[in-house]
This record gives sequence, C-alpha cells and structure tokens, in this order.
Amino acid sequence: MTSRSENTYMMPANNYGKLAIVIALIGILLSTFGFVKDPGQFFHSYLVAYVFWVTISLGALFFLLMHHVTGAFWSVSLRHVVESIVATIPLMAILWIPIGFGIHDLYHWSHESVMASDKLLAAKAPYLNTTFFVIRTLIYFIIWGFISYKLRSLSKRTKSNNDILSMRKVSAVGTVFYALTVSFAMFDWLMSLDPHWYSTIYGVYLFGGAYLNGIAMVILVIAALKSLNLLTTEVTSEHYQDLGKLLFGFVVFWAYISASQYFLIWYGNIPEETIWFKRRWEGTWKAFSLSMIAVGFIVPFFALMFRAAKRNLVFLSSICLLLFVAHWMDMYWNVMPGFHRGNVSLSWIDLSTMVALGGLFFWTVWRSLASRSLIPLNDPYLNKSISHKNF
Amino acid sequence: MKTNELTYGVLAEFSNPADLMHGAEKMRDEGFKHFDCHSPFPIHGMDQAMGIKRSVLGYIVFVFGLIGAVCGFALQAWVHTKAYPLTFAGKPYFSWQAFIIVTFGLMVLAGAFAAVLGLFHLSKLPKFFDGLFYSKRFGKFSDDGFFISVDSKDLKFHDEETSRFLESIGGTNIEVIRGE
Repeated sequence: MTSRSENTYMMPANNYGKLAIVIALIGILLSTFGFVKDPGQFFHSYLVAYVFWVTISLGALFFLLMHHVTGAFWSVSLRHVVESIVATIPLMAILWIPIGFGIHDLYHWSHESVMASDKLLAAKAPYLNTTFFVIRTLIYFIIWGFISYKLRSLSKRTKSNNDILSMRKVSAVGTVFYALTVSFAMFDWLMSLDPHWYSTIYGVYLFGGAYLNGIAMVILVIAALKSLNLLTTEVTSEHYQDLGKLLFGFVVFWAYISASQYFLIWYGNIPEETIWFKRRWEGTWKAFSLSMIAVGFIVPFFALMFRAAKRNLVFLSSICLLLFVAHWMDMYWNVMPGFHRGNVSLSWIDLSTMVALGGLFFWTVWRSLASRSLIPLNDPYLNKSISHKNF
Repeated sequence: MKTNELTYGVLAEFSNPADLMHGAEKMRDEGFKHFDCHSPFPIHGMDQAMGIKRSVLGYIVFVFGLIGAVCGFALQAWVHTKAYPLTFAGKPYFSWQAFIIVTFGLMVLAGAFAAVLGLFHLSKLPKFFDGLFYSKRFGKFSDDGFFISVDSKDLKFHDEETSRFLESIGGTNIEVIRGE
C-alpha cells in the first residue's frame, strides 16, 4: 500500500475560482440591470437559471446518497468531488430569496383576488398560498442542508467501516426524505406556475433530469481538475466508463419518464391536462420541443452507447455539455411557455442569470474543493476504488 | 497409438488460479490461438491474460434491436392505416405516439433473442462432444482443477513440443488427448 500525504492531494493555487467569481459578478451586474428594466422577464429567467443549478446540486446529492446506500467502492475516489458539488446547497437556499420576492410575478395563484374568483383554485387555496409556499421551501432546504451537512461532516473523519456504516444509515433515511422533498419542491416551484394543471409523475420527471445532470457535473468537475494535472492516477478511464454508464442509464430514464407523462396525457385527451402540452406545441415552441428530444435524448443515447465513448474524457465531457444544453432547454420549456405564449422569445436576461448563478455555483464548488484533499485519504476503500476495473 | 485414433489436443494442469493466469499469459505471448482455460469459477482478468478480444455480441444485439424497432413500427403503421384502419378515441389512424410502446417492446424482444441466441452461437453451443471428455483428469475442472487445453487445430500445435512448452510454463500432469 502506498501511503498518501495530505499535502500532495491539496489543490494547488489556480485561477479557476477567481475566474468564476468575476464571471458571476458580471452576470449579477447585468441581471440587476435586467431586473430594473423588465422585472417580469427577469424573474422568469431567474427561475429557469435557478432550477437549472439547484437540480444539479440535488442530483449530486442523490449521487452521494446512492454511493453510501449501495456501499459502492468504485466511486470512493470521486467522493470529495461529489461532496463539493453538494456543498452548493446552502448557496442555493440563499439564491432562492429572489424567487420569494418574485412570487407575484411568477405565480398566478399568489394573487388572492384570482384565487377567490376561480372555483378550482379556491379549492387548492389551503396548499397554494404564499405563507405555506415559503414554509415548505424552508423545510426542503432544512432537510437537504441537514443531510448534506451530516454526510460531509461524517466524511471528513472517515477512517473505519463504522464511519461508513453511519453514513449509510444517514443516507438510507435521507433517501426517503430526499424523494419526497424533491418531488414536492418541483411541484411547488415549477408545476404551480400553471396552477390548474397537475401531473403526478412531474416530480420523478424533474428528478430524472436532476440526477442525470448531477452526474454530468461530476464528470465536468473531474475534467476541470484533470486539466490542472490533478487526479491523474486516482480517477481513471474505468471511473469514466462507470460514470458514462450511469449517464447513459439516466438519459434513457429522463426520456422514459417525460415520454410517460406525455403519453398518458395524450391518451386521456382531457382538455385541462392537454393544455400544458398544447402551449408547448404552438408556434416556434413546437420546434423547440422537438429539438429538445434530439439534443436531450437521441444524440446522447447513440453517442453514449459505445464503450470507447464512455472511456474518453474529452468525448464524455462534450456529451455532458450537450446534456447541460438539453437541461437548460428542459427548464426553459417548463417555465417559459406560460409567460411567452405562442412563440419562443429568448432574452439576454436568460443568459445573464445563467451566468450569474453558474459563476457562484462554480466558485462554491471550487472553494470547497480547495478546502481539503481531493480524495478521501483515510477511507478504507480508497485503494480498492483507485484500482477498480470494469470486467 | 491405434490407427483410427485422433489427436484432439494437449491438457495441462495448474495448481491454482494465479498459476493458470500466468500460464495463459505465456500461451498468449507464445502465439497460441486455439487454447482454453478451465477453472471451477470465473477468474477476473482472464480474458486479457488469454488475449481474447471483446465480444461482438453487443453489435449483434444493436442490429437486431434496431430491426425489431423498425419492424414493430412498420407493422403498426401498416395495420392502422392500410390493413385495418379503425378509429380509437377519435385519434388519427397514424397515431405514432401509441405505436411507441409496441415498437419499444419489439425492440427489447428482438434484442433479447439476439442476445441469448447470439451468445449460444458465439460460444458454439449446444455442444454434445468435446475431445477433452477422453481425459480422466479433466472432470476436476468443475471441482478443484485448473487446466489449460490446446486444441490440435492450432497452427502451432505439435503434440510433443506443445507438451514440453506447457511443462516449461508450470503445467503438471501433461496429457496428450487421443480418442476415436
């Protein structure tokens, strides 16, 4: 066994973090200007960007939960990378605040006069009201924050099998809470944009996209670290292949769940349900919907099918970037058709909010990576993970 | 040696999986193509040690899966628009959305059949006879024996030289397999 010293596994000084914060500041400046100019557009763009990034950190959290629940050893050398992405959850809690201020711009149901005059909405009033909405969001973040804090602090002192077992216990219980909170968070933040419409599979559908892009983010952070000549022998093409397999599986899962949602609504053909898809089939939205299928499913499905594709980091990270494009389209497709009826109407605020939140996201990930060794040095399974092979 | 006897190959026994693996590596490096390793349990890394290329099974399954999907879709499109057009729930005859499920189902069916039958084909199964059955010792392969067998159809095969080579790489109980 080679002994590894902490110092050789600390990230050396680099400019990635600074670059991220500079980009974030530019984004924030432009977005503030956007807010002054057009608050309605700003809040919708902000919501798209927000759900894009929050689902990625939630996807990474699920990666971590599954890592512990299944007792996986192959991903031990990736664990600190995953935990650094999970470390963005407190940031995401703070970044939710603008949505709280934008409730009246975003959510139709938050106007009491609307609720009173609409019989269907009046029946939903005990659930859909501003106070309960904020309380629920608070509960979600307390639960996610608690799980991620617990896993990260336990991970810090992992030395024996007992530590691993206690992380497994936290994850087993955490998975149940995670499933419920993610589902309801997506009902609240996205599905309630159209308060008449509902789909019970909606939470699973967004979870699929979240986990998929959480994995993609893990791959991209590894690619960034590799570009600095780090983790050269600790993360190998065997790990890429396993990450690629997960990515492939969840490309299919996301497509399968979104097709299931569409299929049942199409079959049932009830106007109050089909309206949601009808809005996404009008004007240029139709082309947008169809290209999302191509970018999010058809291309990555065939590209990730081959073994060589999954073992090549450059190829794999370009597919991850493509999946990010698809994820952004997916979020945009969920939020915007209610705001821009009839046609897709892109705005520069869409870009500036994405850049602002993305910069802050990367800055947090990078700070967290720099705060400790890049791999869990004392984990009893570390060597097993590094020498892991696919058969 | 009786006149009507055939030489099927040479069999050598090894004492443990590690020796078997090293033996396989040496066989591969020596240039043998038609040889096989026998052990009571799978040994990780053996494919590489024996120099076996990745199986083409995945490509077979892909092609048959694609054929299944195309046939499944075409079948429904033909039935619902040409052969027996019926209106369901006021939907158009060509309702591709409804066809996806059967298309998917036929893709999985064709792919699964291709996987099972392709595996049988590539493993040359079913096989009711093999020259190795003439060996008395060979039965140990399903209990505690580790063997390397060299088929006589290998271009490098020569009963005495191959036996000597197997001995030099650590094989014991070398046996030239002959039978009718």
